[in-house]
Amino acid sequence: MHISEGVLSAPVLIAGAVLSAAGIGIGLKKMSYDKIPQVAVLSSAFFVASLIHVPVGPSAAHLVLNGLLGILLGWMAFPSILVALSLQALLFQFGGFTSLGVNTVIMATPAVIAYMLFSPLTRRTNASVVALGGFLAGITGIAGGALLIALALVATGEGFINVAKVIAITHLPIMVIEGIIAAFCVTFLKKVKPEILEVGK
Amino acid sequence: MHLEEFAEGTSFFHRLDPRVKFISLMPYVIVVALMQNPVYPAIALLFSFLMIAVARINTKKLLNRLAAVNIFILLLWVFLPFGFPGEAVLRMGPLTASREGIIFALSVTLKANAIVLATIAILGTSEVFSLAHALVHLKVPNKLVYLFFFFYRYISVLHEEYTTLRRAISVRAFRAKSDLHTYKTYAYLVGMLIVRSYDHSQRIYNAMLCRGFTGRFPIITHFHMHTRDYLFLILMTVTTLILGILAYNGR
Repeated sequence: MHISEGVLSAPVLIAGAVLSAAGIGIGLKKMSYDKIPQVAVLSSAFFVASLIHVPVGPSAAHLVLNGLLGILLGWMAFPSILVALSLQALLFQFGGFTSLGVNTVIMATPAVIAYMLFSPLTRRTNASVVALGGFLAGITGIAGGALLIALALVATGEGFINVAKVIAITHLPIMVIEGIIAAFCVTFLKKVKPEILEVGK
Repeated sequence: MHLEEFAEGTSFFHRLDPRVKFISLMPYVIVVALMQNPVYPAIALLFSFLMIAVARINTKKLLNRLAAVNIFILLLWVFLPFGFPGEAVLRMGPLTASREGIIFALSVTLKANAIVLATIAILGTSEVFSLAHALVHLKVPNKLVYLFFFFYRYISVLHEEYTTLRRAISVRAFRAKSDLHTYKTYAYLVGMLIVRSYDHSQRIYNAMLCRGFTGRFPIITHFHMHTRDYLFLILMTVTTLILGILAYNGR
């Protein structure tokens, strides 16, 4: 989920940079030196997981998992997503350095929202409540991201309205699948290593 | 998983000081990203190509990268020309492509490619770890640099874990389909990766405690500025200034 270089207008890029700086600031404050290895290696895991392509009907989509990341890392999702996107900008040139701020906001804001709304659910002991929390977090991650991409494009120019609509619509099936995967994944973690769900505190 | 495809080499760019690379690339990229009409992005694209040539980048690998980048751009070409209000130049059924829309799509394409090529030539020719080291000198918060350092270091480790898990799944005759079983399998795969990463992080933490980590990494290699670094910095600054002045006054 990202927007390439050279597309967005200056006000949108600046707004993205300022907002992401604020989020990263909060995230870094929450991340004590002790937590750096946890956050870092979990970020590597999510980076590798995003290579997985999941069949969606006739086509395929790669996993984003920002909702799940939010449940695990809370505000630290901001620095985590920033380093992942920087590496992508550096190595694959997907997105880039001027749009780094906007792209971080696009992915990390829904992650933090998912954390605030649904981590109380995933902390409970009832298995179906935990799964529901994961499902809603997965949905929020993608829906929020798609919405923010559309918003950034439309704020740049009204000519982008069609592209924004297409992006929103194509993300609908991905949203459901991410929800299902996040639900199963949270359930799995709860059984195997419940302390991972507490890293974000 | 080989990530640093362009970092090996002995060209002018491979030998530049990573600190200079960041300081000279950032203004250039920002100036190019904010250009409006397509003439100056075209000049920037030529300049970026020139840098690619000097850096002696492998053409085949470069084309692969460019193809990946331009897929998103292609989506813009499908929709942008028809969304912009302006002088109609092409009619297809109910759709009208406007001149302004086409010019905008062209400008985005040129800018994106100019930026990508410059990034590959300048940053792609350094190892990721020396770039991270440079970020410490450029006053990026320490925590962020360490986060990046460990994150990058463990990607290859987790990718190996991922390949192992993947093999275990295919040995059990798994075929990906659009069904719940597939999604469940992938979810557990991701879950297992997360558990493994958590275990790795505990070991790193313990190792840090053993070595008395106090929030600083000792580094044995240090950067030195050479004449070529000053020359490149001046060249990039002048180019960026000229491009900026031309592009923002010449609208």
